[in-house]
Amino acid sequence: MSAARPIAQGNPTLASLRRLFRDRPLIPLLGLLVVLVLVLQLVRPGIVNGGWVGITLRAAIPLALLAACQTLTMLTRGIDLSVGTVASMAAYLVATQSTGQGDTVAILIALGAAAFVGLANGIGVGVFRVHPLIMTLGISFVVLGLMNAYQLLMVRAGVVLPGVINVLGSGTTLTVFPNSLVIFVPIAALILVGLRRSGFGRLLFAVGDNPIAARLSGVRAWQVIIALYVLSGLLAGIAGFLVAGLTQTASLSLVEQSVLPSVAAAVIGGTSIMGGRGGYAGTIVGALILTVLANLLTVLQMPEGVRQILFGAIIVAVAAAYTRVTGET
Amino acid sequence: MTAAGPRLSSRGRTGDAFRRTVRRNGWTVGLVGLLIAFLAFTKMLAPNYGPTQIESLAISALPLAMAAVGQAIVVISGGIDLSVGSMMAFTSVSAAILMQGQSEEFAVLVVIGILLMGLVLGLINGILVVTTRVPDIVVTLAMLFVWAGAALLVLNRPGGGAADWLMASIDGNFGTPFLPRALVVLIVIVVVAWFPVVRSGLAVELYAVGSNRLAAFRSGVPVNRTKVLAYVLTGFFAAAGGLALTASTGSAQPIQGQYTVQSVAAIVLGGVSLAGGRGNLVGPILAVFILSLVRTDLTFMGVNPSLSTSIQGLILVGVVMFGAIITFRRRRA
Repeated sequence: MSAARPIAQGNPTLASLRRLFRDRPLIPLLGLLVVLVLVLQLVRPGIVNGGWVGITLRAAIPLALLAACQTLTMLTRGIDLSVGTVASMAAYLVATQSTGQGDTVAILIALGAAAFVGLANGIGVGVFRVHPLIMTLGISFVVLGLMNAYQLLMVRAGVVLPGVINVLGSGTTLTVFPNSLVIFVPIAALILVGLRRSGFGRLLFAVGDNPIAARLSGVRAWQVIIALYVLSGLLAGIAGFLVAGLTQTASLSLVEQSVLPSVAAAVIGGTSIMGGRGGYAGTIVGALILTVLANLLTVLQMPEGVRQILFGAIIVAVAAAYTRVTGET
Repeated sequence: MTAAGPRLSSRGRTGDAFRRTVRRNGWTVGLVGLLIAFLAFTKMLAPNYGPTQIESLAISALPLAMAAVGQAIVVISGGIDLSVGSMMAFTSVSAAILMQGQSEEFAVLVVIGILLMGLVLGLINGILVVTTRVPDIVVTLAMLFVWAGAALLVLNRPGGGAADWLMASIDGNFGTPFLPRALVVLIVIVVVAWFPVVRSGLAVELYAVGSNRLAAFRSGVPVNRTKVLAYVLTGFFAAAGGLALTASTGSAQPIQGQYTVQSVAAIVLGGVSLAGGRGNLVGPILAVFILSLVRTDLTFMGVNPSLSTSIQGLILVGVVMFGAIITFRRRRA
């Protein structure tokens, strides 16, 4: 479609590389991850050990959950920019409700609220056809305002995180395995298998790849979209719990700074923002790459400015490599 | 395609030209009415709301208005620029650092330099979008980090200074109290920058590329050049917005997260379609003033300030739904 698409080169190594990228995008991504870890080890010999693995995984898991929201919505040509607000909301609701209502009820309230926000997003995107960017942004403003008002009401209640969230979010077992894996592994397995094997997963690809064909084949896209955004809200809520447990705090801006990295993780992982192409395995590696990269830049004592510049440069470079090699626009 | 005006629409092939013009500008006319209604409502809430308040409204709305115009241009051409806010931060801190403790004359050079810098930042964005063929939203998302990082390297805490004449240029009014300087500056900059774009035919090409890239390419429009120029113009307006930030506060801060999001909100309210090819530059400016007035009114009404964020979100979503329903019904008719 682009006016200036270069003619495909006949170079055999390039062609095989291209095939590798297209068919097994995980291999080059894992290669990049290994390179980053090796660089880290070279810069600070001995830093890469069991404890480091535990800490890195623990930091990457909430990001990978938020990036799951982006991956799933991007498959249908959407995006969910409300994940930061929803995650912060869920964490704050749990922290303020747990003293009065008990831990289980507080967690259910928070997840219910997160699902409700997702439902609002889904109705806007699926039924009223509002652009997902605008819908999720607008809804996140609405939620943020309501939560600010709620915060003023709850000023006396104090912020107490349930013990289970603290243990899950910040604890590790045998130093290598963060406890949040208990939450993450089933969810990740469900998404990985669900995208390939379940009807819902195939519907996501169908709706994103060609909405008209999907409609003509009898898919009720609005139902798929609503279910998708509710799921996205729930995942964001769970990510919020884990971040709260990890940082041992809950505030209304807790997860906000992870929104753009979550989009970046999905993009680096090979999910196309234009819909219909991608998967969750790449996204998980993308989240790991971003976490290790942040770690590396911290170790190098780069100023925050340089970190952000390199971060942006890597997103462009990886996304450009995908487009170049797969030949898609 | 014999369209003479800058507004080319994919759906402009059939139908009565006059009705089409009215229909196409109906949104803008509605916004003017809405703005007047909000001004009247504000006057009702606070009887002593007058020229002084309108002046400060214009000053506070100026940076966002610049950002919204820049965003509108790139969205009309079928792209989106998520890096507007951080380009504003980068240019704003650069201006404040360069002007600090320097003479008034030197500041003239700085202002020119910063506007040129905006063109260069936009050029980099545009070239990256065109050469990498990565979706605009991903490239500019990444550039959001790059420019924000650059801003932090220039100045990592609020500071810097601004020349007196620059600050005075948007403060106060021209002769009558109903001609706030900030508003005049805004109109002059937009007209001076947009006039050559219309005259050279670039405006037609922007609309053409935005409404149907393939059709534009087959009609001989240099698609890539047009896209790059759209980003260059957006960079220019982001720099103007950055200068407005420095001028309105007399200093600068490296973190300006909200302007990108608000500029997207403003253009959507202003009647620019995110799908590209539709809208104008007046609508987004009106939308910026309406949004600022809504905030003022909510304060006057004693509404909990945190709820005003919610109400702005509801307005954003509500307006877009309203717009979607209108276009849907029109398509059926």
